[in-house]
Order: sequence, then C-alpha cells, then structure tokens
Amino acid sequence: MEEIIISTLTRAMVAGTPLLLATTGEVICERSGILNLGVEGVMAMGAVTAFIVTMTTGQPWLGVLAAVGAGMAISVIHAFGSVTLQANQVVSGLALTMLGLGLSGMLGKPYVGKPLSIKMEDWSIPYLSDIPYLGRIIFSQSPFFYLAIILAIAAWFFLERTRLGIQIRSTGENPKVAETQGVNVYKIRYLSVIIGGGFSALAGAHLSISYSKSWIEGMTAGRGWIAIALTIFALWNPARAIWAAFLFGGIFVVQYLLQPLGISPNFLSMMPYIATLVILLLISLKDSKKLSPPAMLGEPYQRGER
Amino acid sequence: MKGISKSFHGIFANQNINLKIESGEILGLLGENGAGKTTLMNILYGLYQPDEGQIKVNDTPVRINNPVESINHGIGMVHQHFMLIQNHLVIENIALGYKDTPFFFPKNKIRQKVEAFSEKFGFQIDPDKKVWQLSAGEQQRIEIIKALLNGADLLILDEPTSVLTPREIKELISILRQMKAEGHMIIFISHKLDEIMEICDRVVVLQKGKIVGGTDTKNTDKKSLARMMIGRDVVFNINREILEKGKQILSVDRLNVVGDKGLLAVKNISFDLYQNEIFGIAGVSGNGQRELAEAITGIRPVFSGKVKINKKDITNKSPRHIYDMGVSHVPEERIRFGIAPGLFLYDNAILKQHHLKKFSKRYFLKYSRVKNHAKTIVKDFKVATHSINTQTGNLSGGNIQKLILGREISEKPQLLVASHPTYGLDVGATEFLRQHLLELRKQGSTVLLFSEDLEEIFELCDRVAVIFDGEFMAVLDSDDERLCDIGLMMAGSKRI
Amino acid sequence: MIKIKTTDRYNITALRSFMTNILSLVAGLVAISIIFLIAGVNPIFAISEIFTGSFGSFYGLKETITKAIPLILIGTGLTLAFRAKFWNIGAEGQLLMGAIFATWTGLTFGQSLPSYIIVPMMFTAGFTGGALWGIIPAILKIKYSINEVISTLMLNYICAEILTMLIVGPWKGKTRFGFPGTDNLPDQAILGLIPGSRIHYATLILAIICAIVLCVVVYKTRFGYEARVVGENPDAGKYAGIDFLKTSLILMTISGGLAGFAGVGEIAGIHKYLGYPAAISSGYGFTAIIVAWLAKLNPLYAIVSGIFFAGILVGGDAVQISLGLPAATVDIVNGTLLIFLIMGDYFLKHKITIQFSKK
Repeated sequence: MEEIIISTLTRAMVAGTPLLLATTGEVICERSGILNLGVEGVMAMGAVTAFIVTMTTGQPWLGVLAAVGAGMAISVIHAFGSVTLQANQVVSGLALTMLGLGLSGMLGKPYVGKPLSIKMEDWSIPYLSDIPYLGRIIFSQSPFFYLAIILAIAAWFFLERTRLGIQIRSTGENPKVAETQGVNVYKIRYLSVIIGGGFSALAGAHLSISYSKSWIEGMTAGRGWIAIALTIFALWNPARAIWAAFLFGGIFVVQYLLQPLGISPNFLSMMPYIATLVILLLISLKDSKKLSPPAMLGEPYQRGER
Repeated sequence: MKGISKSFHGIFANQNINLKIESGEILGLLGENGAGKTTLMNILYGLYQPDEGQIKVNDTPVRINNPVESINHGIGMVHQHFMLIQNHLVIENIALGYKDTPFFFPKNKIRQKVEAFSEKFGFQIDPDKKVWQLSAGEQQRIEIIKALLNGADLLILDEPTSVLTPREIKELISILRQMKAEGHMIIFISHKLDEIMEICDRVVVLQKGKIVGGTDTKNTDKKSLARMMIGRDVVFNINREILEKGKQILSVDRLNVVGDKGLLAVKNISFDLYQNEIFGIAGVSGNGQRELAEAITGIRPVFSGKVKINKKDITNKSPRHIYDMGVSHVPEERIRFGIAPGLFLYDNAILKQHHLKKFSKRYFLKYSRVKNHAKTIVKDFKVATHSINTQTGNLSGGNIQKLILGREISEKPQLLVASHPTYGLDVGATEFLRQHLLELRKQGSTVLLFSEDLEEIFELCDRVAVIFDGEFMAVLDSDDERLCDIGLMMAGSKRI
Repeated sequence: MIKIKTTDRYNITALRSFMTNILSLVAGLVAISIIFLIAGVNPIFAISEIFTGSFGSFYGLKETITKAIPLILIGTGLTLAFRAKFWNIGAEGQLLMGAIFATWTGLTFGQSLPSYIIVPMMFTAGFTGGALWGIIPAILKIKYSINEVISTLMLNYICAEILTMLIVGPWKGKTRFGFPGTDNLPDQAILGLIPGSRIHYATLILAIICAIVLCVVVYKTRFGYEARVVGENPDAGKYAGIDFLKTSLILMTISGGLAGFAGVGEIAGIHKYLGYPAAISSGYGFTAIIVAWLAKLNPLYAIVSGIFFAGILVGGDAVQISLGLPAATVDIVNGTLLIFLIMGDYFLKHKITIQFSKK
C-alpha cells in the first residue's frame, strides 16, 4: 500500500510537470492581456522538435533548446495576429493550434513509434533524496520537474518584483495607461506571447523526451487546453499554478490506480477533463469575486484610439 | 506650438493653433466640452500626432512621437481620466511611469520617493494601497507625483477640478502655487471661469478647435471670457414654464444598492417624482449616481428598499419589464452601455425598443419600420451621419449621444432617467436637448436628471437633490435660497 | 525612410470583402507551398493535386459534396454562435452526441417502423443530443462564468470517451466479432444516396435549408438581433433588457443541434453503425470553425465555404495517398488558411499606405 501511494505521488509529479510549465507560460501571456489558445499546438511542436533533435544529435539538452526555439518562433504567428493585426484572439489562437498540430504531425511522421534510446537521467538531489518518502517523491525526479518549479517561482518573482513584470501586468490591466506611461504595449505583448510559447514548447519537450520517450501524433492529448483551464484555476498566479498542476497530475495518474478495480478505462481517461470542469465550477461557486482575470484580457489594443 | 492642426474622421479637432508658455507661468486653456482642448494637449504629450504644425521646446523644434519623448522633454500631463491602473498598488503605478525605476525590487525605491514628496507638499498618501481604494483627490496627487518625479518642467492639467471636492480644490491650488514658485510651467485646462480667473496668469480661449482669444487674466473679466468661449453673449436662457405637479409617477423608498466594489453605493435613499417635473440629482460623479440610475432601470440589483412606478412595484424586475412600464434610460457611459458599435445605426435605433409591437411581429423584426424610425431620429435630433446604414461605432461621441437621446425620448416615456445627457455635446445640441427635456416635462412626463453641471441643474429642474457618498444631503426646490451652499453639500460638509 | 501608415476603412463593400477573402486564400496557398517545399514536396504538384483531387474529377466532386454536408451544417450553426461571441469549439462533441442519440433511436425502433417515421425520429434525436451537449457550456458560461472555449473542448474529449465506452461495452454489436462498434442500423434507418455516390441527399437538402433559415434568423428576427447585440456589446445587451441565459440557450441549442444533425448524417448516410469517434468525424467540428470564419459569419456563405473546405479535406486525402504525406497535412492547410484569412480581415478594415520620404 505504502509503495503504491509513493509511486502514485511520484508519477503525479511527473504528470504535473508539463502542465505546470505550460500553465506558467500561459499565465505570463494572459497577464499581458493576450489569450493564447495555441498552447496545444505549440506544445506539439515542442514535443516533436525536442524528439527529432535529441534523436539525431544524441543530446537531450540540445533537443530542449531547439524545442524552446521552435515554440517561440511559431508563437510569433499568434503575437502578430493578436497584437499587430488586432485580430480576434480566440480565432488566431485556434489557427496556431491547428498549424502546430499539423506541422508536428508532418515533421514527426518518420519518427512515429521509434523509441528514444538516449535517456535524460533523473537527478537525485544529494542528501535530500535520502529523506524518507519525500526523497523519492520530490527529490529524485527528472530535471524537467525541478526546472518547472524553479521557472514557476521565477515567473512569480518576475511578474511581482521586477519592473518588466509591472509593465506586463499593466499592459494586461490597461494598455492605454501603460502606453502613456512609456510602455511599448506591442513590444511587451509580443514578448509575453513568445515567452509563453517557449514555456509551452518546454512542456512538449518533457512529454517526448522524458515522460514517454517516443513521439506519436496527438500525444499532447489536450494537455494544452487543460493548461489554459489551470491558468484560471491558478487565478493568474504562477505560484498557485504549482499546486494546481500537481493536483491535476494526480488526477492523470489516479486512472492507472483505479483501473485494476474494474472501472471502465474510458471512464477513467475522461477524469482529467471532467475534473477541469468541476474545478472551474467550484472556483466560480466559491468565490466569483476572486475570479478576476486581467481586465483587458482578450481585447485588442490599437494605438492612438480616440 | 505653431500652426497645429488635427482632424478625426475628417472633422477638425484643432485648426492652426499657436500657443506659447514661459517659465513660472500658469496658462489657462479655456473652452467648452469638445472645443479641442484635450486633443491639443494630447498632441503636446505625444499621444496624437499633429497633421500639420510644429512644436518647439526651449526654441528647438522637436517631434514628439510618444509620451516617453514628451517626458524626456520635461512635459508631464495629468489627464482628466487618470492614467492609473486601478487594480495595482500606488507604488506599482508610479514605478510604471518613472524613468529610473530599477529592474529588481522597484517598489522599495519608489516607496521612499513617494514619502519624500508627501513631506514636501504636505499630503498623505499610503503607497501600499490599491489605487481604487483612494479618493479622486489622492489619485490626482499620484498623477502629479508621477509627472514631477520624471522631472516635468511643464505640467498639463486636464480639467483637474472636475472630480474634486471644494476642499481638495483648495489643496490642489496651493500645490500648484508652490510648483509655480519653483519655476514650473503649468497649463490648466478648464471650462470653469472662476477657477481660471483665480489660478491662471494668462488665458487662451478655444472654440471649435480654433483659438478665439488670449489675454492676461488681470486684464479681463468673467463676462468677456464667457463671451469668447461661447461665441455670443447670452449663455442660456430657457424659460421654464410653471406647471402644476401631476400624479405621482416614481416612488423610491429606502433604497440600498451595492456598488461594483461590494460596498453600499446608495444608502437609504427615498424620494418621489411627479408628472410635469424635472428632478435633478446634483453631485460629483462617483457618489452613487450611476448605481442609483442602474437600480431604478433594472440593470443593477436592489439590495433593499422598493422602487414603484405608478404605484406598481418594479424592484428587481428585468430591464425590459421596467422599460415596458414606461421608464427610459440614457446611460452614463454611452459607448459602454448605450450602443452596439458594430451594428448599423438603424439597428441601434431600436436597442431598447426592438421588442415593441411597433417594430416586431412575432419573431420577426419589421425592418422597414425600423429604418423609418431611425431616419426620423436622425432628422429630428440632427445626428450627423451620411446614412443610417453606417456602423454606429463610426459616429462621433456627440452624435452617438444624440442618437441615444432620440431613441429614448421618441417613445414618450413616463419617466426618463438621464445621466449627464449633455456631456460632450456642443452648445447648439445642448440647448436643443434641454428644450426636448422641457417639452417632455410639459407633455406630462417626469425626468430624473443626473448632472454634474450645476448650471444645467438650475435651469431645468423643479427640484434638486444633492447626493454625496450615496446619501441625499438635501432635497430642495430649485429656487430655494439654501441651495447657495450646494458646493458644501456636494462635498459632504453640509446637510439640510 | 519608409513610413507605413494605417487608417481605418469605413465603407466596406461586398466586392472588396469578397476579393480580400480570395486574395487571402491565394496568399495562404503560397505560404503552404513554402511549407511543402521545406518538407521536400513539390508544392505546385501537391496543391494542384489537392484541387484536382477534390474538384477536378467526377469522383472527387462527389466526395467533396459528401464531406461538405457536415461542414455546412456545423458551419452555419457556428456562424450564429460566433456572432454572439459564443466560442463554441465543441461541435466535434456535439456531432458525436448527435450520432449516439441517433444510433440508439435507429437500433431501438428501426426494425418496426417505416423509413418515413424512423428517419425523422433519428434526426430529431440527433438534434436533441447535439443541443443537449451544446446547452451545457451555455449554462456553465452564463450561470457560472466558465469560459466556453475550455468547457466545449473538455466536452469534446468527454463525449469521445463516452462513445468509446458504449461501443466497447454495452452497445458492442453481435455482428462485429468482438471488435468495437454497434450493429448496423436496420435498412429503414439508412438514408438514401444519390446513385453512384456517397451523397446522402436528405442531409444535404437539410443543410441547405438550415443555412437559408438561419440566414433569415440572423438578419430578420428578434432573436437574431438580440444575439448580434449581445455579441457586439454584452453591456448594451443588458441595458437593452436582453435575457442572456435565454439567448445563449437558444443559440447553443441551434448550434449544437445542427452539429447533431451532421452526426446523424454521418451515421445514417455513410457509416451505418457507430464506430470509433475518429472514424465518425475527421475533425469536422474544427474545420467548420474556419468554414464559419471564411463565410464572414454569414450562414448563407457557409454553403460555399463549406464546399471549399470539404474540397481541401478530400484533396488532402488524395495527396496523402499519392505523395505519402501524413494526415496532419490537412491541419497545416487549414491552420495556414485561417491565419491568412485573419490577416485579410485586417487589410479589409484598414487602409495601408506606404510613404517614401527622405529624412
């Protein structure tokens, strides 16, 4: 029993990692006032890029870097659409998802089903990994896990305690005011969308080279969309995203735990999606006042508007 | 500034304007709403680019492409609508605009700066409060601090007193004098003669985007300034007929309404309205007027109390139900509530009326009637548009207001709730509209008029209530002598 | 120095709008060519293959019409929802739910009832299924302010799992030899086809009628008016006394219901039994989003844009076989075209002048 609990929690951490990465990215992006529904597509791009580069060069970290680069590059499309062209952000984001899923499918076709022999070793933190229970659950994880947590905390610090962070948040709350205070709203929004894309791609890289160590089309399986929901659940705060993501990681893993009990596997794989809806419902029922997104989220901004 | 021109949608907002200001001077910029004062200053501040003309700072010609460049030239601006982010802390707001904000931990440094300033000018501001928790006067001070921190030599104040209580106005004046003594230049935009006369050294009058006069304040008087501003002698001279009060139309009983921030915005207000009367609610905006209007018209839920129309209870009924009981509404934020900007003008002409039998038959709208109706409104209310098939968002603010007013008045409501109906209208349209309100009164309707414009209140209203912080400070006949203290009542320092 | 100046354009003519759309599509195809080129595929060959595969032959054309049926149905429904700024991304799930309801109806009552009764019954059931699945996000949005993009998407996944659960479990057909899937629908419940094709004409006619009716609904009725006002400015809608819940429920009933119709067509016209979700709908719910966007949210234009994108689906299948491209190719084409359509909208609404000046 003890063994089951520990292994479940350990796996929950693994499953939560990509969610945390993508959610952190989306939080930064939405804080600047841009809703990016392209997470799913960018994540797929990240996954396929990381896989291909790792496979061909044998360097997983090179793969990660390439994935982040690809994710940032493809996110420029959404930034251009939603910032420069002031297009509808929902539609522009959907276009990005379609394109990302499509491109990843095309690029990855020769690699489908090939296992990745190069492993990204888990990092056991000296001394800490010897702590009973916690040592295994938290301190002997893949580098992505630590990266995700560090980046989430860094993102919180960045948004709350730096000048650029204040500029990003101001842009999301009231771009017109930000502009009069000398903030280049377009630049800030581009930056935020691109950073967000990098995070999503990192999440994808985790999926293909650490989590499943293989590439199949559609392997992101809606995690990008869940990350968008988690952004709301985290109330646009990267620090809150940490536990939100791992809670969801737990829900992903519990499926395997319940399967032997004879519950339909299809019902179990529905759980993360149902849980998403239930959690959004609970937030709304509990405290709808807290549920205040950045005031100008999703609103295009045009300079010199009278 | 030399030969500045700027037009929006083909209409001149500024035409060939020349302006000069010297060190240690307070220049008044006088003009009515829509005279082009704000546009001119936004050009100076780099928010708009002039179509023509040149700006010189210290005799060097400059191009001001954006506010940052303007700040670098030592120009600071306090906008009429504060450029503050309501959900952020005071220090975050200041850090946003300050040139030398450090990258890491910006708040600590700013906090010290704010405290230094507070001491110098002798006011108190809590730097760790959210902006929305502050009063309008305090918010204005943040704006001034922001400008001064960036080393502004020239400070532009756009209608700075419009949101202040009389006491806060006095404090503002003393701050401005102190700044003047230190050699700062100040441009003071206003349409209020008294203030201009009191504060400014020199005054320039704008009318319809052109400069129509300029002089030292000591060489002029209020009357001649007023003539320049309006472009003719008499301001308004509407004769209100004396009419007998008719039967009771609206009754508001111990009404309490919760505002956006979760606090009571309307506190225990009671009043009755009768046929043939215009009832004015005077007060500085943000004292519960909007919440009161929205509660009566059904947009905002009533917390407690009763609203009755013709003795029938309409408390918390739907806006449509209340409309059908004969209540029209000209909302305060007209673009936000009054129109759907992407739809055609004729679509918007029936926004609140589309369900009426006149315009719809079962599930269908009768578009030919709708279009005729729209044409009538455009004609009767002189809405400037080339067609009724234009997107409503393309109209100017004043024309949108005329459209909304036409729409709400045309159905001959029993009660018209009108919030700042003449705000942003030119003189002609204002007069025209006031005549319409009086006409409505004559026909046996009643008007509930919310206005900040005391002139308007005294001219139109039979009775006046003064609202402060969600409470009525007084309800008086408009010829009651005690209303000479209306300023004090609006500031909450006197209650009758 | 080159200066680019943009100004708003106010008078947008239908011709300009149409031309902009065409140019956007052409520009999109150019961009797709570049992607093909990078992928090592001859773009001219690939793109001409897509269009000859779909519109160039009699067989291709028949297939194109077949695939246009669900796209037109869903696309028209989406034009209505999008007009009210209700971002229904869940048509895929609504289609599947319609298919589930219709299959149940067909299998349960099909044996004993004549065609002219069971077919309308199935369509009603399918509409109901799709509508129910569409109403859920409407309630969640209005009552609990839950973002409809998220909820409709989650419901897609949930519906696909429900369907799979049914066909591997209680509904597994005896004639399937242990493979997932229901039994075939009885003959009375199968829709007639235009001979020599897979075009189930009843659904096609229904789709065109729906598009026309919805066009009237949007532009001529009170409900259409209210939906447009709500989409343009919700605050004005509140001020105008429009009941949000009612409006959203009606429009999602229609939008979901039409997707449900599409599900019925796929089941009763093409597959004849309920199989895996991916087999029933090849992403129609998502492609229809672009159909609606290309149609400028006009239900009538959705007929044309539905046929166009059906062509791309069919042509996409053709290049998959002839050039060995992956199934995702269609996603690339769709995504790219949508991006260029968005860009086109900008050029339609703004006038851009480039000035050359010395400085």
